[in-house]
Amino acid sequence: MFTALDILSLTVSICMSVAAGLLGCFAIMRRMGLAADPMSHVALPGIGIALLLGGNPFLGALVMLLAGAVLIWAIGRRTGIATEAVLGVTFSVALAIGAAVTTGEELIDALFGSARALSLWEPVLGVAATVAVILFVVRFRNAMIISMVSPEIALTSGVKVARVDLYFLLAFALTIALGLRYLGVMLMGSLLIIPPAIARRFARNLNGMFAISIATAVLSTVSGTCIGILSHHQSGPLIVMIAGGLFFLSLLFPGRG
Amino acid sequence: MPQQNHLVLQVEQLSVRLGTSEVLHDLTFTVQRGEVLAIIGPNGAGKTVLLRTLVGSLAYTGMIRWAQDAVLGYVPQKLDLLRDFPVSGQDFLRAKAALSQAPTSQLISVLQSAGLDEAALARPIGAFSGGQFQRLLIAFALLGTPNVLLLDEPAAGMDQPGQVQLEETLHRLQQAQGMTLLLVSHELNLIYRYADQVLCLGRDHSCIGPPRTVLTPEALADIYGEPLRFHVHGT
Repeated sequence: MFTALDILSLTVSICMSVAAGLLGCFAIMRRMGLAADPMSHVALPGIGIALLLGGNPFLGALVMLLAGAVLIWAIGRRTGIATEAVLGVTFSVALAIGAAVTTGEELIDALFGSARALSLWEPVLGVAATVAVILFVVRFRNAMIISMVSPEIALTSGVKVARVDLYFLLAFALTIALGLRYLGVMLMGSLLIIPPAIARRFARNLNGMFAISIATAVLSTVSGTCIGILSHHQSGPLIVMIAGGLFFLSLLFPGRG
Repeated sequence: MPQQNHLVLQVEQLSVRLGTSEVLHDLTFTVQRGEVLAIIGPNGAGKTVLLRTLVGSLAYTGMIRWAQDAVLGYVPQKLDLLRDFPVSGQDFLRAKAALSQAPTSQLISVLQSAGLDEAALARPIGAFSGGQFQRLLIAFALLGTPNVLLLDEPAAGMDQPGQVQLEETLHRLQQAQGMTLLLVSHELNLIYRYADQVLCLGRDHSCIGPPRTVLTPEALADIYGEPLRFHVHGT
């Protein structure tokens, strides 16, 4: 029923969902939930340019996302403009460039994810990137908690707020890059928003939020991927529909607020 | 002239610009160790901007020099958190304890100093009332044994008994541990009782001096732009 390649593919998608569930918690607490969507669009020109040059679209997306994260951070820091506004502008420009350089079926794959076969290095990169995101959260969890409450009290607690903001944006970009293969530019943002949004309704502390968010992301991803493999449908839209269904189901239960 | 090693803070010709307007202009003052400096002035005079600049949050021109051994604790003005913010009191305080390498046993003692009980650890901080959250911020500032506290209207949102308790706590800390306090407050009676120096920030000019010389009806009218009714209790 499932080939070795299917299981490998499932492993990579689980890695992606763990990273998305974890980092999405901080994104939503930093009021950057909606930023995941425009941020993922920054990958589009990278995909288009990589395809034009005959390179790997994932690497093109990764490079563009990391460069976009640094650009957004630098503009925000230099001008004091809110991250959301800088993201909005960067997103619009990136989308325009991406649409100009990417065409036909490749554009559809880039937007909604692709069912193409895994390259050998993809599982390795997927696991490595997930470990990097988890290590980032473990290392900077305390600094991020305090910065979210107040950058000033973070400064007096010895936190280098600007540096932590940059690291967060880079981890955010890495997480989005991880999911582009399955969910595409249009859908990846949803896996960073929906599981933490469910978790936020029920969690009384941060560990609780992490646990609920990761569990929801993994459940959506595993079930979406399995149904996709068995029914020969693309898994990306299925993953998002299942996550969305879980969100609406969760509304039937009283949250802690 | 105070000796340099008795100073915990030196500020010279400090100016801060926000956008096109200069909020602080050419401000010069010093703070001695163990001193209580009260900062007063009308709304928009730059009191909060001054504290934010002193903790390194805003760009400035001029000089700010903290003593090398200064450990700062900062209690900001009222913060707005969403009610479903899923960080508990314990998450919040443990984060500071970890960064400042304070023992976790200190969590309970700082909570008690700020007038909160152990139950605050389990509650999400978004669910705290305004006054309770202010107390939590004070507990947070006290973690890691700071020797300088910067407080921006710390009693805002607290009930009357809470305000009295806070005054006593701050006074006790200052007396027992020789802590230096920089306090933004509109409570002139409190300032008159506890402050060693008062820094008045007006829209046009500033002044500094002991309460007895600065908190006069004439000087206050000059700073606030209108006469203030001010009665010192018990004098």
